[in-house]
Amino acid sequence: MNLDQGVPEIEIAGVTKRYGDSPAILESIHLIVPKREFISIIGPSGCGKSTILKLISGLALPTSGTIRVEGMTPQNARETMSFIFQDATLLPWRTVKDNVGLGLELEGVASDRREKRIAGLLELVGLTHVAKAYPRELSGGMKMRVSIARALATNPRLLLLDEPFAALDEMSRDRLNEVILRLRGEQKWTAVFVTHSVSEAVFLSDRIVVLAPNPGRICAEFCVELPTPRMAAVRSSSEFDAIVSGVSHTLRGTLAQ
Amino acid sequence: MKERVKTAINAAAVFAAFLALWQIILWVFHVAPYMLPSPWAVARAVGARIPSLLNSLAITAGESAGGLAASVIIGVLVALLFAQSRWVRKMLYPYTLLLQTVPIIAIAPLILMWVGAGAPAVTLIAFIISLAPVIANTTQGLISVDENLVHLFLMHNASSRQLLFKLRLPHAVPSLFVGIRIASGIAVIGAITGELYAGSSRVGEGGLGYSILYASSQLQTDYLFALVLAATVLGFCFFFVVMFLEWYFLHRWHESARVMEVQ
Repeated sequence: MNLDQGVPEIEIAGVTKRYGDSPAILESIHLIVPKREFISIIGPSGCGKSTILKLISGLALPTSGTIRVEGMTPQNARETMSFIFQDATLLPWRTVKDNVGLGLELEGVASDRREKRIAGLLELVGLTHVAKAYPRELSGGMKMRVSIARALATNPRLLLLDEPFAALDEMSRDRLNEVILRLRGEQKWTAVFVTHSVSEAVFLSDRIVVLAPNPGRICAEFCVELPTPRMAAVRSSSEFDAIVSGVSHTLRGTLAQ
Repeated sequence: MKERVKTAINAAAVFAAFLALWQIILWVFHVAPYMLPSPWAVARAVGARIPSLLNSLAITAGESAGGLAASVIIGVLVALLFAQSRWVRKMLYPYTLLLQTVPIIAIAPLILMWVGAGAPAVTLIAFIISLAPVIANTTQGLISVDENLVHLFLMHNASSRQLLFKLRLPHAVPSLFVGIRIASGIAVIGAITGELYAGSSRVGEGGLGYSILYASSQLQTDYLFALVLAATVLGFCFFFVVMFLEWYFLHRWHESARVMEVQ
Protein backbone atom coordinates (compact mmCIF):
# COMPACT_ATOMS: atom_id res chain seq x y z
CA MET A 1 0.00 0.00 0.00
CA ASN A 2 1.08 3.57 -0.58
CA LEU A 3 2.69 5.38 2.28
CA ASP A 4 1.70 8.85 1.11
CA GLN A 5 -1.97 8.59 2.07
CA GLY A 6 -1.69 10.31 5.43
CA VAL A 7 -4.07 9.10 8.12
CA PRO A 8 -5.13 5.48 7.65
CA GLU A 9 -8.83 4.79 7.27
CA ILE A 10 -8.97 2.69 10.45
CA GLU A 11 -6.58 2.34 13.38
CA ILE A 12 -7.36 -0.21 16.05
CA ALA A 13 -4.85 -0.17 18.88
CA GLY A 14 -4.81 -2.68 21.73
CA VAL A 15 -8.56 -3.19 21.74
CA THR A 16 -10.14 -5.62 24.17
CA LYS A 17 -13.88 -6.14 24.41
CA ARG A 18 -15.78 -7.99 27.10
CA TYR A 19 -19.37 -7.77 28.30
CA GLY A 20 -19.61 -7.55 32.09
CA ASP A 21 -17.57 -10.19 33.86
CA SER A 22 -17.70 -12.74 31.05
CA PRO A 23 -14.45 -13.71 29.31
CA ALA A 24 -13.12 -11.34 26.65
CA ILE A 25 -14.66 -11.60 23.18
CA LEU A 26 -11.72 -9.79 21.62
CA GLU A 27 -8.27 -9.40 23.11
CA SER A 28 -5.48 -6.97 22.18
CA ILE A 29 -6.52 -6.41 18.62
CA HIS A 30 -4.12 -4.27 16.60
CA LEU A 31 -5.12 -3.51 13.07
CA ILE A 32 -4.37 -0.71 10.65
CA VAL A 33 -6.42 -0.47 7.49
CA PRO A 34 -4.98 1.90 4.89
CA LYS A 35 -7.31 3.96 2.72
CA ARG A 36 -8.87 2.05 -0.19
CA GLU A 37 -7.90 -1.35 1.12
CA PHE A 38 -10.39 -4.21 0.92
CA ILE A 39 -9.78 -6.27 4.02
CA SER A 40 -11.61 -9.46 5.01
CA ILE A 41 -11.93 -10.77 8.52
CA ILE A 42 -12.48 -14.49 8.66
CA GLY A 43 -12.74 -16.90 11.54
CA PRO A 44 -14.87 -19.58 13.19
CA SER A 45 -18.19 -18.69 14.82
CA GLY A 46 -17.92 -16.84 18.09
CA CYS A 47 -14.47 -15.39 17.43
CA GLY A 48 -15.76 -11.81 17.57
CA LYS A 49 -15.68 -10.98 13.84
CA SER A 50 -18.94 -9.06 13.95
CA THR A 51 -17.92 -7.37 17.18
CA ILE A 52 -14.99 -5.77 15.38
CA LEU A 53 -17.42 -4.17 12.93
CA LYS A 54 -19.64 -2.98 15.80
CA LEU A 55 -16.59 -1.37 17.42
CA ILE A 56 -15.47 0.32 14.21
CA SER A 57 -18.97 1.69 13.66
CA GLY A 58 -19.27 2.86 17.26
CA LEU A 59 -22.35 0.71 17.85
CA ALA A 60 -20.32 -0.88 20.66
CA LEU A 61 -17.54 0.60 22.75
CA PRO A 62 -14.22 -1.13 23.48
CA THR A 63 -13.49 -2.17 27.07
CA SER A 64 -9.95 -0.93 26.59
CA GLY A 65 -7.82 0.35 23.72
CA THR A 66 -8.61 2.94 21.08
CA ILE A 67 -10.25 2.98 17.68
CA ARG A 68 -9.88 5.81 15.16
CA VAL A 69 -11.64 6.15 11.85
CA GLU A 70 -9.97 8.78 9.69
CA GLY A 71 -8.44 10.04 12.91
CA MET A 72 -11.83 10.53 14.58
CA THR A 73 -13.76 8.54 17.17
CA PRO A 74 -16.14 6.07 15.53
CA GLN A 75 -19.23 8.04 16.60
CA ASN A 76 -17.90 11.21 15.02
CA ALA A 77 -16.92 9.38 11.87
CA ARG A 78 -20.32 7.82 11.18
CA GLU A 79 -21.00 10.10 8.25
CA THR A 80 -18.06 8.54 6.44
CA MET A 81 -19.30 4.95 6.79
CA SER A 82 -22.10 2.64 5.76
CA PHE A 83 -23.02 -0.70 7.26
CA ILE A 84 -24.30 -3.67 5.28
CA PHE A 85 -25.91 -6.28 7.50
CA GLN A 86 -26.22 -10.03 7.18
CA ASP A 87 -29.81 -9.76 6.04
CA ALA A 88 -30.94 -6.97 3.80
CA THR A 89 -32.70 -5.09 6.66
CA LEU A 90 -35.03 -3.26 4.29
CA LEU A 91 -38.06 -1.38 5.55
CA PRO A 92 -40.94 -3.51 4.21
CA TRP A 93 -43.34 -0.55 4.05
CA ARG A 94 -41.08 1.36 1.69
CA THR A 95 -40.60 0.76 -2.00
CA VAL A 96 -37.16 -0.20 -3.31
CA LYS A 97 -36.57 3.40 -4.34
CA ASP A 98 -37.48 4.79 -0.92
CA ASN A 99 -35.37 2.16 0.81
CA VAL A 100 -32.35 3.19 -1.21
CA GLY A 101 -33.03 6.82 -0.31
CA LEU A 102 -33.38 6.16 3.43
CA GLY A 103 -29.91 7.27 4.47
CA LEU A 104 -30.11 10.41 2.36
CA GLU A 105 -33.51 11.19 3.81
CA LEU A 106 -32.29 10.75 7.39
CA GLU A 107 -29.38 13.02 6.64
CA GLY A 108 -31.71 15.68 5.29
CA VAL A 109 -30.83 15.64 1.59
CA ALA A 110 -33.45 17.50 -0.50
CA SER A 111 -35.85 15.23 -2.38
CA ASP A 112 -34.94 16.27 -5.94
CA ARG A 113 -31.26 15.59 -5.33
CA ARG A 114 -32.22 12.38 -3.62
CA GLU A 115 -34.26 11.18 -6.59
CA LYS A 116 -31.36 11.73 -8.96
CA ARG A 117 -28.94 9.88 -6.75
CA ILE A 118 -31.37 6.98 -6.23
CA ALA A 119 -31.92 6.60 -9.97
CA GLY A 120 -28.16 6.40 -10.53
CA LEU A 121 -27.68 3.80 -7.81
CA LEU A 122 -30.53 1.61 -9.00
CA GLU A 123 -28.94 1.65 -12.42
CA LEU A 124 -25.60 0.70 -10.87
CA VAL A 125 -26.98 -2.41 -9.14
CA GLY A 126 -29.34 -3.25 -12.01
CA LEU A 127 -32.65 -2.72 -10.22
CA THR A 128 -34.18 0.17 -12.16
CA HIS A 129 -37.06 -2.05 -13.27
CA VAL A 130 -38.20 -2.74 -9.69
CA ALA A 131 -37.81 0.80 -8.33
CA LYS A 132 -41.46 0.92 -7.27
CA ALA A 133 -41.72 -2.65 -5.98
CA TYR A 134 -41.96 -3.53 -2.31
CA PRO A 135 -39.27 -5.70 -0.67
CA ARG A 136 -41.60 -8.71 -0.28
CA GLU A 137 -41.79 -8.96 -4.05
CA LEU A 138 -38.01 -9.37 -4.41
CA SER A 139 -35.72 -12.40 -4.22
CA GLY A 140 -33.03 -12.60 -1.54
CA GLY A 141 -30.31 -11.56 -3.98
CA MET A 142 -32.29 -8.56 -5.19
CA LYS A 143 -32.96 -7.45 -1.62
CA MET A 144 -29.24 -7.56 -0.96
CA ARG A 145 -28.63 -5.39 -4.02
CA VAL A 146 -31.08 -2.84 -2.62
CA SER A 147 -29.17 -2.98 0.65
CA ILE A 148 -25.88 -2.36 -1.18
CA ALA A 149 -27.37 0.55 -3.13
CA ARG A 150 -28.70 2.03 0.11
CA ALA A 151 -25.27 1.77 1.72
CA LEU A 152 -23.58 3.46 -1.23
CA ALA A 153 -26.19 6.22 -1.48
CA THR A 154 -24.57 8.39 1.17
CA ASN A 155 -21.21 8.25 -0.62
CA PRO A 156 -19.36 6.41 2.14
CA ARG A 157 -15.59 6.28 2.28
CA LEU A 158 -15.74 3.19 4.49
CA LEU A 159 -18.01 0.20 3.95
CA LEU A 160 -18.56 -2.30 6.76
CA LEU A 161 -20.00 -5.60 5.58
CA ASP A 162 -21.17 -8.16 8.14
CA GLU A 163 -21.48 -11.51 6.32
CA PRO A 164 -23.79 -9.87 3.80
CA PHE A 165 -24.17 -12.86 1.51
CA ALA A 166 -24.23 -15.69 4.07
CA ALA A 167 -27.93 -16.35 3.63
CA LEU A 168 -27.86 -16.47 -0.17
CA ASP A 169 -27.48 -19.39 -2.53
CA GLU A 170 -24.10 -19.81 -4.18
CA MET A 171 -25.14 -18.42 -7.56
CA SER A 172 -26.49 -15.17 -6.09
CA ARG A 173 -23.50 -14.95 -3.83
CA ASP A 174 -20.99 -15.23 -6.69
CA ARG A 175 -22.89 -12.70 -8.72
CA LEU A 176 -23.06 -10.22 -5.84
CA ASN A 177 -19.35 -10.68 -5.20
CA GLU A 178 -18.78 -9.60 -8.78
CA VAL A 179 -21.08 -6.62 -8.27
CA ILE A 180 -19.05 -5.59 -5.21
CA LEU A 181 -15.79 -5.89 -7.10
CA ARG A 182 -17.09 -3.85 -10.01
CA LEU A 183 -18.44 -1.11 -7.74
CA ARG A 184 -15.19 -1.03 -5.87
CA GLY A 185 -13.31 -0.53 -9.11
CA GLU A 186 -15.51 2.45 -9.95
CA GLN A 187 -15.66 4.03 -6.50
CA LYS A 188 -13.03 4.79 -3.93
CA TRP A 189 -14.13 3.25 -0.68
CA THR A 190 -12.32 1.18 1.92
CA ALA A 191 -14.05 -2.04 2.97
CA VAL A 192 -14.00 -4.27 6.01
CA PHE A 193 -15.70 -7.51 5.05
CA VAL A 194 -16.62 -10.16 7.62
CA THR A 195 -17.28 -13.60 6.21
CA HIS A 196 -17.30 -17.35 6.79
CA SER A 197 -16.37 -18.13 3.25
CA VAL A 198 -12.68 -18.43 2.39
CA SER A 199 -13.14 -18.30 -1.38
CA GLU A 200 -15.32 -15.22 -1.09
CA ALA A 201 -12.66 -13.52 1.04
CA VAL A 202 -9.88 -14.41 -1.38
CA PHE A 203 -11.87 -13.30 -4.41
CA LEU A 204 -12.65 -9.88 -2.98
CA SER A 205 -9.78 -8.89 -0.71
CA ASP A 206 -6.39 -7.22 -0.77
CA ARG A 207 -5.70 -8.66 2.65
CA ILE A 208 -7.26 -11.34 4.85
CA VAL A 209 -7.06 -11.40 8.62
CA VAL A 210 -7.74 -14.73 10.35
CA LEU A 211 -9.16 -14.62 13.85
CA ALA A 212 -8.86 -17.41 16.42
CA PRO A 213 -11.55 -17.80 19.10
CA ASN A 214 -11.57 -17.74 22.94
CA PRO A 215 -10.65 -14.95 23.22
CA GLY A 216 -10.91 -13.52 19.71
CA ARG A 217 -7.46 -12.53 18.49
CA ILE A 218 -5.65 -12.08 15.21
CA CYS A 219 -3.65 -15.22 14.46
CA ALA A 220 -2.60 -14.76 10.84
CA GLU A 221 -2.66 -12.35 7.92
CA PHE A 222 -2.56 -13.06 4.21
CA CYS A 223 -1.93 -10.63 1.39
CA VAL A 224 -3.89 -11.60 -1.67
CA GLU A 225 -1.72 -10.91 -4.66
CA LEU A 226 -4.08 -11.64 -7.46
CA PRO A 227 -4.26 -9.37 -10.50
CA THR A 228 -6.73 -6.47 -10.43
CA PRO A 229 -9.25 -5.83 -11.83
CA ARG A 230 -10.29 -9.35 -10.91
CA MET A 231 -12.53 -11.26 -13.24
CA ALA A 232 -14.84 -14.11 -12.37
CA ALA A 233 -12.38 -16.42 -14.10
CA VAL A 234 -9.73 -15.80 -11.47
CA ARG A 235 -11.65 -18.23 -9.26
CA SER A 236 -10.47 -21.13 -11.37
CA SER A 237 -6.79 -20.12 -11.42
CA SER A 238 -4.14 -22.09 -9.54
CA GLU A 239 -2.94 -18.97 -7.65
CA PHE A 240 -6.46 -18.53 -6.33
CA ASP A 241 -6.56 -22.15 -5.19
CA ALA A 242 -3.19 -21.82 -3.49
CA ILE A 243 -4.30 -18.84 -1.39
CA VAL A 244 -7.63 -20.48 -0.56
CA SER A 245 -5.94 -23.63 0.68
CA GLY A 246 -3.42 -21.60 2.69
CA VAL A 247 -6.16 -19.62 4.44
CA SER A 248 -8.28 -22.73 4.96
CA HIS A 249 -5.35 -24.53 6.53
CA THR A 250 -4.80 -21.69 9.03
CA LEU A 251 -8.51 -21.55 9.73
CA ARG A 252 -8.59 -25.27 10.52
CA GLY A 253 -5.66 -24.69 12.84
CA THR A 254 -7.68 -22.19 14.89
CA LEU A 255 -10.36 -24.80 15.40
CA ALA A 256 -7.89 -27.51 16.47
CA GLN A 257 -6.63 -25.43 19.39
CA MET B 1 -65.15 -13.25 -9.57
CA LYS B 2 -66.74 -16.63 -10.27
CA GLU B 3 -65.30 -17.89 -6.99
CA ARG B 4 -66.98 -15.05 -5.12
CA VAL B 5 -70.39 -15.74 -6.67
CA LYS B 6 -70.01 -19.38 -5.67
CA THR B 7 -69.12 -18.39 -2.11
CA ALA B 8 -72.13 -16.08 -1.94
CA ILE B 9 -74.48 -18.80 -3.25
CA ASN B 10 -73.11 -21.27 -0.70
CA ALA B 11 -73.58 -18.81 2.15
CA ALA B 12 -77.14 -18.07 1.03
CA ALA B 13 -77.90 -21.80 0.85
CA VAL B 14 -76.66 -22.33 4.40
CA PHE B 15 -78.83 -19.42 5.55
CA ALA B 16 -81.92 -20.82 3.82
CA ALA B 17 -81.29 -24.24 5.38
CA PHE B 18 -80.98 -22.60 8.79
CA LEU B 19 -84.35 -20.82 8.35
CA ALA B 20 -85.99 -24.04 7.19
CA LEU B 21 -84.65 -25.94 10.20
CA TRP B 22 -85.94 -23.20 12.47
CA GLN B 23 -89.42 -23.41 10.94
CA ILE B 24 -89.44 -27.23 11.11
CA ILE B 25 -88.58 -27.15 14.80
CA LEU B 26 -91.54 -24.82 15.38
CA TRP B 27 -93.89 -27.17 13.53
CA VAL B 28 -92.65 -30.39 15.09
CA PHE B 29 -92.48 -29.23 18.71
CA HIS B 30 -95.36 -26.74 18.66
CA VAL B 31 -93.29 -24.03 20.36
CA ALA B 32 -95.21 -21.04 21.65
CA PRO B 33 -94.48 -17.80 19.69
CA TYR B 34 -93.35 -15.93 22.81
CA MET B 35 -90.68 -18.60 23.36
CA LEU B 36 -89.51 -18.83 19.77
CA PRO B 37 -91.17 -16.75 17.07
CA SER B 38 -91.12 -17.94 13.48
CA PRO B 39 -88.59 -16.48 11.05
CA TRP B 40 -91.48 -14.84 9.28
CA ALA B 41 -92.67 -13.17 12.52
CA VAL B 42 -89.15 -11.85 13.10
CA ALA B 43 -89.05 -10.48 9.56
CA ARG B 44 -92.44 -8.83 10.16
CA ALA B 45 -91.18 -7.32 13.42
CA VAL B 46 -88.17 -5.92 11.59
CA GLY B 47 -90.46 -4.45 8.91
CA ALA B 48 -93.03 -3.02 11.31
CA ARG B 49 -90.55 -1.36 13.66
CA ILE B 50 -87.80 -0.41 11.30
CA PRO B 51 -87.55 3.25 12.47
CA SER B 52 -87.06 2.39 16.15
CA LEU B 53 -84.80 -0.53 15.25
CA LEU B 54 -82.60 1.75 13.13
CA ASN B 55 -82.64 4.35 15.87
CA SER B 56 -81.39 1.84 18.45
CA LEU B 57 -78.82 0.55 15.98
CA ALA B 58 -77.57 4.08 15.32
CA ILE B 59 -77.26 4.84 19.04
CA THR B 60 -75.28 1.68 19.75
CA ALA B 61 -73.15 2.13 16.64
CA GLY B 62 -72.30 5.67 17.74
CA GLU B 63 -71.38 4.58 21.26
CA SER B 64 -69.27 1.66 20.03
CA ALA B 65 -67.50 3.78 17.44
CA GLY B 66 -66.86 6.53 19.99
CA GLY B 67 -65.48 4.04 22.50
CA LEU B 68 -63.34 2.34 19.89
CA ALA B 69 -61.98 5.63 18.54
CA ALA B 70 -61.06 6.72 22.06
CA SER B 71 -59.38 3.34 22.63
CA VAL B 72 -57.30 3.71 19.50
CA ILE B 73 -56.20 7.26 20.28
CA ILE B 74 -55.54 6.74 23.99
CA GLY B 75 -54.16 3.25 23.39
CA VAL B 76 -51.58 4.45 20.88
CA LEU B 77 -50.53 7.29 23.18
CA VAL B 78 -50.13 4.92 26.12
CA ALA B 79 -48.20 2.47 23.91
CA LEU B 80 -45.85 5.30 22.88
CA LEU B 81 -45.25 5.97 26.57
CA PHE B 82 -44.66 2.25 27.21
CA ALA B 83 -42.22 2.06 24.33
CA GLN B 84 -40.00 4.71 25.92
CA SER B 85 -38.39 2.40 28.43
CA ARG B 86 -38.47 -1.07 29.88
CA TRP B 87 -38.73 0.53 33.29
CA VAL B 88 -41.97 2.38 32.47
CA ARG B 89 -43.37 -0.80 30.97
CA LYS B 90 -42.58 -2.92 34.01
CA MET B 91 -44.16 -0.36 36.28
CA LEU B 92 -47.37 0.27 34.35
CA TYR B 93 -48.07 -2.87 32.35
CA PRO B 94 -49.75 -4.79 35.22
CA TYR B 95 -52.40 -2.09 35.30
CA THR B 96 -53.33 -2.67 31.68
CA LEU B 97 -53.86 -6.29 32.60
CA LEU B 98 -56.24 -5.13 35.32
CA LEU B 99 -58.04 -3.14 32.65
CA GLN B 100 -58.55 -6.37 30.78
CA THR B 101 -59.67 -8.45 33.75
CA VAL B 102 -62.03 -6.00 35.43
CA PRO B 103 -65.55 -7.39 35.02
CA ILE B 104 -67.36 -4.69 33.10
CA ILE B 105 -70.70 -5.76 34.57
CA ALA B 106 -69.33 -5.02 38.01
CA ILE B 107 -68.12 -1.50 37.25
CA ALA B 108 -71.07 -0.50 35.09
CA PRO B 109 -73.15 0.58 38.13
CA LEU B 110 -70.24 2.72 39.30
CA ILE B 111 -69.98 4.44 35.97
CA LEU B 112 -73.73 4.93 35.99
CA MET B 113 -73.31 6.63 39.35
CA TRP B 114 -70.45 8.86 38.21
CA VAL B 115 -71.47 9.80 34.70
CA GLY B 116 -75.22 9.29 34.80
CA ALA B 117 -77.22 7.14 32.39
CA GLY B 118 -77.01 7.68 28.65
CA ALA B 119 -74.65 7.59 25.72
CA PRO B 120 -71.58 9.09 27.49
CA ALA B 121 -71.64 6.35 30.15
CA VAL B 122 -72.02 3.61 27.55
CA THR B 123 -69.25 5.09 25.39
CA LEU B 124 -67.01 5.14 28.43
CA ILE B 125 -67.75 1.46 29.11
CA ALA B 126 -67.03 0.54 25.47
CA PHE B 127 -63.77 2.49 25.75
CA ILE B 128 -62.61 0.84 28.99
CA ILE B 129 -63.32 -2.65 27.77
CA SER B 130 -61.62 -2.22 24.38
CA LEU B 131 -58.52 -0.30 25.50
CA ALA B 132 -56.23 -3.12 26.67
CA PRO B 133 -55.82 -4.98 23.36
CA VAL B 134 -54.87 -1.74 21.59
CA ILE B 135 -52.23 -0.91 24.20
CA ALA B 136 -50.81 -4.42 24.34
CA ASN B 137 -50.53 -4.98 20.59
CA THR B 138 -49.26 -1.51 19.71
CA THR B 139 -46.61 -1.65 22.43
CA GLN B 140 -45.48 -5.02 21.14
CA GLY B 141 -45.22 -3.58 17.63
CA LEU B 142 -43.26 -0.54 18.77
CA ILE B 143 -40.67 -2.49 20.75
CA SER B 144 -40.20 -5.50 18.50
CA VAL B 145 -38.20 -3.64 15.84
CA ASP B 146 -35.19 -5.58 14.54
CA GLU B 147 -32.04 -4.45 16.34
CA ASN B 148 -30.14 -4.12 13.07
CA LEU B 149 -32.72 -1.68 11.74
CA VAL B 150 -32.17 0.48 14.80
CA HIS B 151 -28.42 0.22 14.16
CA LEU B 152 -28.96 1.22 10.56
CA PHE B 153 -30.78 4.35 11.68
CA LEU B 154 -28.10 5.12 14.26
CA MET B 155 -25.41 4.79 11.59
CA HIS B 156 -27.09 7.66 9.79
CA ASN B 157 -27.22 9.69 13.00
CA ALA B 158 -31.03 9.49 13.06
CA SER B 159 -32.75 11.61 15.70
CA SER B 160 -35.14 9.99 18.17
CA ARG B 161 -37.97 11.65 16.25
CA GLN B 162 -36.84 9.98 13.03
CA LEU B 163 -36.49 6.66 14.84
CA LEU B 164 -40.07 6.98 16.05
CA PHE B 165 -41.79 8.24 12.93
CA LYS B 166 -39.76 6.50 10.25
CA LEU B 167 -39.10 3.20 12.02
CA ARG B 168 -41.05 2.32 15.16
CA LEU B 169 -44.47 3.68 14.24
CA PRO B 170 -44.68 2.25 10.73
CA HIS B 171 -43.36 -1.05 12.06
CA ALA B 172 -46.14 -1.07 14.68
CA VAL B 173 -49.01 -0.52 12.21
CA PRO B 174 -49.72 -4.22 11.54
CA SER B 175 -49.85 -4.99 15.28
CA LEU B 176 -51.94 -1.88 15.86
CA PHE B 177 -54.48 -3.33 13.44
CA VAL B 178 -54.47 -6.66 15.24
CA GLY B 179 -55.30 -4.69 18.38
CA ILE B 180 -58.06 -2.67 16.66
CA ARG B 181 -59.58 -5.83 15.21
CA ILE B 182 -59.88 -7.40 18.66
CA ALA B 183 -61.01 -4.11 20.20
CA SER B 184 -63.73 -3.54 17.58
CA GLY B 185 -65.50 -6.75 18.56
CA ILE B 186 -65.42 -6.09 22.27
CA ALA B 187 -66.32 -2.40 21.89
CA VAL B 188 -69.68 -3.43 20.40
CA ILE B 189 -70.22 -6.08 23.08
CA GLY B 190 -69.18 -3.54 25.72
CA ALA B 191 -71.63 -0.94 24.42
CA ILE B 192 -74.54 -3.39 24.41
CA THR B 193 -73.64 -4.67 27.88
CA GLY B 194 -73.29 -1.11 29.08
CA GLU B 195 -76.73 -0.27 27.74
CA LEU B 196 -78.27 -3.01 29.85
CA TYR B 197 -77.26 -0.91 32.85
CA ALA B 198 -76.84 2.64 31.70
CA GLY B 199 -78.59 2.55 28.37
CA SER B 200 -81.02 5.41 28.41
CA SER B 201 -81.55 8.76 29.96
CA ARG B 202 -85.15 8.79 28.71
CA VAL B 203 -87.72 6.02 29.05
CA GLY B 204 -88.49 4.19 25.82
CA GLU B 205 -85.48 5.38 23.89
CA GLY B 206 -82.05 3.78 23.88
CA GLY B 207 -79.59 1.58 22.04
CA LEU B 208 -79.82 -2.10 21.23
CA GLY B 209 -78.97 -3.29 24.75
CA TYR B 210 -81.60 -1.09 26.30
CA SER B 211 -84.20 -2.14 23.73
CA ILE B 212 -83.34 -5.83 24.26
CA LEU B 213 -84.05 -5.40 27.95
CA TYR B 214 -87.27 -3.54 27.19
CA ALA B 215 -88.50 -6.05 24.59
CA SER B 216 -87.83 -9.01 26.87
CA SER B 217 -89.72 -7.39 29.74
CA GLN B 218 -92.68 -6.92 27.38
CA LEU B 219 -92.38 -10.48 26.02
CA GLN B 220 -91.99 -9.04 22.51
CA THR B 221 -89.94 -12.04 21.52
CA ASP B 222 -90.15 -11.39 17.78
CA TYR B 223 -88.74 -7.88 18.22
CA LEU B 224 -86.14 -9.25 20.65
CA PHE B 225 -84.94 -11.54 17.89
CA ALA B 226 -84.85 -8.62 15.49
CA LEU B 227 -82.67 -6.71 17.96
CA VAL B 228 -80.27 -9.61 18.43
CA LEU B 229 -80.02 -9.85 14.67
CA ALA B 230 -79.27 -6.12 14.47
CA ALA B 231 -76.59 -6.42 17.17
CA THR B 232 -74.94 -9.25 15.27
CA VAL B 233 -75.00 -7.28 12.04
CA LEU B 234 -73.50 -4.30 13.84
CA GLY B 235 -70.61 -6.37 15.21
CA PHE B 236 -70.04 -7.84 11.79
CA CYS B 237 -70.00 -4.36 10.17
CA PHE B 238 -67.40 -3.13 12.66
CA PHE B 239 -65.23 -6.13 11.99
CA PHE B 240 -65.63 -5.72 8.24
CA VAL B 241 -64.74 -2.01 8.28
CA VAL B 242 -61.61 -2.69 10.33
CA MET B 243 -60.63 -5.55 8.02
CA PHE B 244 -61.06 -3.26 5.04
CA LEU B 245 -58.94 -0.49 6.59
CA GLU B 246 -56.30 -3.06 7.48
CA TRP B 247 -56.25 -4.35 3.94
CA TYR B 248 -56.20 -0.82 2.54
CA PHE B 249 -53.19 0.26 4.56
CA LEU B 250 -51.19 -2.95 4.53
CA HIS B 251 -51.88 -4.92 1.37
CA ARG B 252 -49.04 -3.36 -0.58
CA TRP B 253 -46.33 -4.47 1.78
CA HIS B 254 -47.49 -6.72 4.60
CA GLU B 255 -47.98 -10.48 4.50
CA SER B 256 -51.08 -10.59 6.74
CA ALA B 257 -53.04 -8.47 4.28
CA ARG B 258 -51.97 -10.78 1.50
CA VAL B 259 -53.41 -13.77 3.32
CA MET B 260 -56.73 -11.94 3.43
CA GLU B 261 -56.66 -11.58 -0.34
CA VAL B 262 -56.09 -15.29 -0.80
CA GLN B 263 -59.05 -16.06 1.41
